Amino acid sequence: MIALLIRDLKQATRAGGGFGLGLAFFLIVTILVPFGVGPESATLALIAPGVLWVGALLSCLLSLDRVFALDFEDGSLDLLATAPIPLEAVVGLKALAHWLVTGVPLTLIAPMLGVLLNLPSGGYIWLLASLGLGTPALSMIGAFGAALTVGLKRGGLLLSLLVLPLYVPTLIFGAEALRRGTAGLENTTPLLMLAGITAASVALLPFAAAAAIRVNLR
Amino acid sequence: MDFTVENLSCARGGVPVLEGVSFKLRAGGVLLLRGPNGIGKTTLLRTLAGLQPRLAGAASAGAESIAYAAHADGLKATLSVAENLNFWASVYGTCDIGPALRAFNLEELAPRQAQNLSAGQKRRLGLARLPVTGRPIWALDEPTVSLDRDSVALFASAVAQHCAAGGSALIATHIDLGLDADTLDLTPYRAQAYAVPGFDEAFL
Repeated sequence: MIALLIRDLKQATRAGGGFGLGLAFFLIVTILVPFGVGPESATLALIAPGVLWVGALLSCLLSLDRVFALDFEDGSLDLLATAPIPLEAVVGLKALAHWLVTGVPLTLIAPMLGVLLNLPSGGYIWLLASLGLGTPALSMIGAFGAALTVGLKRGGLLLSLLVLPLYVPTLIFGAEALRRGTAGLENTTPLLMLAGITAASVALLPFAAAAAIRVNLR
Repeated sequence: MDFTVENLSCARGGVPVLEGVSFKLRAGGVLLLRGPNGIGKTTLLRTLAGLQPRLAGAASAGAESIAYAAHADGLKATLSVAENLNFWASVYGTCDIGPALRAFNLEELAPRQAQNLSAGQKRRLGLARLPVTGRPIWALDEPTVSLDRDSVALFASAVAQHCAAGGSALIATHIDLGLDADTLDLTPYRAQAYAVPGFDEAFL
């Protein structure tokens, strides 16, 4: 099963794999926001948590349609469905691979972009913590959306419409945990809620996504 | 292992295409599926491979003993020939891809990326996955598309070798492979057109 993860990581990092796509988008969003908002550092510090989280969420969304669509187009999804690994594990590994090439780099680069947005110095540890806890949920929910739309030609629009409402709780608790942490307030509750969303989606969504793929392959 | 299919019915897109298909494939045997375009050869193979639910009927072996090869080869363009094959070898828990590479004359191409192969070479790589799976029954959907004459012979000898080792093959094809094989014409099993109950629900 680890072979599937290695294959996906290899593909993502080779030419045309889309490894840098989400990262570049995140970079562009956070660089452009200070230009749009203007040079008031107090305003920037105020909106920094929300902008960083929205940027991370949209960059995650950008590469989602590749999760299953590529395998569907070249026929390997059919072959994986008949292979001796459960489809639930395939979904889980695909989501893990998506997280490793999108969520982890986003989390690691976020503190550097926080500087551009004048994030107060107490916020960096919470930025890493909230993105580290929340991005696995973004990848898993996204993989579920990708599984629902796998048979559709140009399913990207439908995928975004399906996935965005499901992303809202993650965004609310993630940004809230970061905002409270930055302001020096107690933020255990939103962090726990964020961890709960991640745990629940990792536990439940592989089954839902595998069922959706089975229906779509018929 | 003998493979018997009894009274199988299958549907494509909610419309039944084949009804009452019965055949027996003995160990070491090859069965060629014939019939005009659209008769349901692909649907039958996908149903046996477990990708689609059957409407009725029974098969003596489950999807776990069938290695299915579709029209698409499932190759990853940016991976090399050896990497593509090694991936399937580790998925199926077999480790040696050497015999499969030799059987389909791919040894010289092993380090090349799949996107730089010709259509026939891609097909050979797709077929080389079959011995790597180690499964007894091969279900092949038009395996000789875009293969040249020599490669068809190569493929036929790979099938013969698989059958000599006790395996069997179910091949939907329009050409003569030169194999000692039984033929099943699917034309008499064409389903009478009727709506499958419940399919409309998806649209309501």
